[in-house]
Amino acid sequence: MSFDAAYRSKMFNSVGTRPLRPDGVDKVTGRARYGADFNMPGQLVARVLRSPHAHARIKSINTTRAEALKGVKAIVTAADLPDLTDGDAELFAILDNCMARTKAMYDGHAVAAVAAIDEKAAKAALKLIEVDYEVLPHVIDVDEATASDAPLVDDSCITGGMDPAPKTPSNIANRAEFGHGDVDAGFDQADIIVERSYKTEQTHQGYIEPHACVANCNTDGSAELWVCTQGHFVYRQNCADLLGLEVSKLRVTSSEIGGGFGGKTHVWTEPVALALSRKAGRPVKLVMSREEVFRASGPTSATSIDVKVGAKKDGTITAASATLRYASGPYAGMWAELGAMTSFACYDLENVKTVGFEILVNRPKTTAYRAPSAPMAAFTVESAIDELAHKIGMDAVDLRIKNAAAEGTRSSYGPVYGPIGIGPTLEAAKAHPHMSAPLGKNQGRGMACGFWFNFGGQTCTDLNVNADGTVTLAVGTVDVGGSRASLSLIAAEELGIEYTDIKAVIADTATLGYNDMTDGSRGTFSTSMATISAARNAIEVMRQRAALMWDIPPEDVYWEDGHAHASGTKHGNRAPLSVKEIAAEAGNTGGPIAGHSELVADGAGVSFATHICDIEVDPETGSSRVVRYTVIQDAGKAVHPSYVEGQYQGGAAQGIGWALNEEYIYGEDGRLQNPGFLDYRIPVCSDLPMIDTQILEIPNPNHPYGVRGVGETSIVPPLAAIANAVSNAVGVRMTHIPISPPRILAALNDTAES
Amino acid sequence: MVDVTLWAGLRPLADNQKVVRVEARTIRELLRKLEERYPGLRGPFRGEVAVAVDGVIYRNDWSKELPEGAEVILMRRLSGG
Repeated sequence: MSFDAAYRSKMFNSVGTRPLRPDGVDKVTGRARYGADFNMPGQLVARVLRSPHAHARIKSINTTRAEALKGVKAIVTAADLPDLTDGDAELFAILDNCMARTKAMYDGHAVAAVAAIDEKAAKAALKLIEVDYEVLPHVIDVDEATASDAPLVDDSCITGGMDPAPKTPSNIANRAEFGHGDVDAGFDQADIIVERSYKTEQTHQGYIEPHACVANCNTDGSAELWVCTQGHFVYRQNCADLLGLEVSKLRVTSSEIGGGFGGKTHVWTEPVALALSRKAGRPVKLVMSREEVFRASGPTSATSIDVKVGAKKDGTITAASATLRYASGPYAGMWAELGAMTSFACYDLENVKTVGFEILVNRPKTTAYRAPSAPMAAFTVESAIDELAHKIGMDAVDLRIKNAAAEGTRSSYGPVYGPIGIGPTLEAAKAHPHMSAPLGKNQGRGMACGFWFNFGGQTCTDLNVNADGTVTLAVGTVDVGGSRASLSLIAAEELGIEYTDIKAVIADTATLGYNDMTDGSRGTFSTSMATISAARNAIEVMRQRAALMWDIPPEDVYWEDGHAHASGTKHGNRAPLSVKEIAAEAGNTGGPIAGHSELVADGAGVSFATHICDIEVDPETGSSRVVRYTVIQDAGKAVHPSYVEGQYQGGAAQGIGWALNEEYIYGEDGRLQNPGFLDYRIPVCSDLPMIDTQILEIPNPNHPYGVRGVGETSIVPPLAAIANAVSNAVGVRMTHIPISPPRILAALNDTAES
Repeated sequence: MVDVTLWAGLRPLADNQKVVRVEARTIRELLRKLEERYPGLRGPFRGEVAVAVDGVIYRNDWSKELPEGAEVILMRRLSGG
């Protein structure tokens, strides 16, 4: 269906206000139903047996004793999940990750699963499953994995993107290069060059709700899945593909979601739960423990990145280059490629070159984490830019403004930019009172920019006008950050009715057309576009119904301010008809009134942010504390400003944790040492100051209201902003994330000794 | 007529060319003609490609019209969080 998505300036009544979120009361009173809150009659409990080895060949699995245990109803292994992926490497990686086939690729990799009448029986059965492993050498560190004598994670891995292709396997899965100009010539023109190597450790999204589902397979081939996910239509497709189910026979309902941030964008245990249910003939509930979430869901990459930036004394950057190595777990992804694309995207560079290498390691399968791969790249580039400013003797914001990308700039990843917002965020930072506020003892200030691609995608929405004139809005993008409130505001705006008269729900896969998942900052961007389209279609129906009620031609009826109006001198004295009045007569004017929309919401436009951070460091202990933090980002149009601010604050909070404390710690045996929130330290409220936000509204030309996605970009600058703040506080350049107290202390001690 | 820049991974599938000139009015026509000329592109064109047209990235809207002389760059389809 064609839909004109072009931006048109208008005054808003509902959009831009801050009503209470419709899901709020249920969430704060415990009534909201998350993944583990659903139950079915006769439901079994599933538990998963996981590899204790970082790398091991599975010689055999004997389930005989476990199957004989009282209360055990089904056991599955890879043999129950045959390979139906038909050469699709990405899908095969998901399958192999759900259940190891020939090798356990990391500590925590699933090797078998049990469904039993209760958890006690399921756990007892796990102990009776006999797995004969041949333990293999493993590699955990991203740099060690590139050594010529490193153990091979996958001995069939030949580096892609190389010409000529290598003849021998390695742990380097892919090479991707971006850039333009001549960096060697550019560096020759530079008066000052900064060149450094950096590392970032692996972090987890840290969503509070573990993966959880209830699966029920029926004997007629139909099946149901209740699940915590960012995309129930995607989960339906994943499960149907992996289990050989007909898509229409698998009905997936998304629960409320206690965080995903990219980690719930493809299946983990859900096909296993369905396979167990299919085998047992009963519903199966499978809930991951926190330890399992850390060991066996999808954290982000650990990285090792070399950056070189050269500039003239006046601050003009003459050349920039980066080599980025991203660990992707045991399966190839495009994480290094995304890092290579985003690293210098904030800048207008005549000569730039980035090369990304995708590195296989014996860690969990890397998955998206909020603006995936961009925060690490930004940390390194923005650190180098900051150091460059120091060496030149130029203000860090001014140096960035001087080199900022603008409309017409060829981006470092290829295309020429249209209108973009990096300049306004930098100007806003320069003018912000935070930048000129005095600093206290042992405090440092840092700032940094960040870039992320946003995108849209396939979207389908139903808008039903009920008999009393209220409206039910059924959408297919999971609400991860308040989108039901935002979409209700959009529907209210378009229809001209009250926000409280709209009820937005997330429809299941059997009741609405396909929707891509909520990722890429697309939830509100895409579904608001489809909601506007659906509302306009409903208005068209109501206009015709009003014409019938008045018994006048439809062309003599127009819609304004939530009412049908009769036009012209002939009918102009008729009182306008409200939505409620038209809805009340629907049964006699043609039946139910609805608007439907299906579209692809392309044109999301790229996104930029600038962050400012003040940090205080205790030089005796290396302990640090963020004392002030400001986020400046373009929202296009903030539909519900509170939730835009929430996204900005949430991204900053996650970035602060990543920068200062969070890290996967492995032992020499390749086992994860800190799979729990006591030892994997995410920030809590008492760790953080109130995070200030400044919303810029530069309309997106490709959305009717000018809306941009806002969910991801806010996690891109914090690593760099904090690293710059700490470096400025202690006088030592910090190059290893997380900048935890031991690392700060070590840097201070090294400096003192030297 | 537009000049289409291919990402590095596509070039071996298109006679090692970085830029290919194509007569096409829409993204759909562009991809079809490229695939006809270089059948090896069929695989990547099924779910792995995005198309930047004058700086705006399209992942789904293959009906997007290509202005004469537009800058067109084929990119790998991005992942998000």
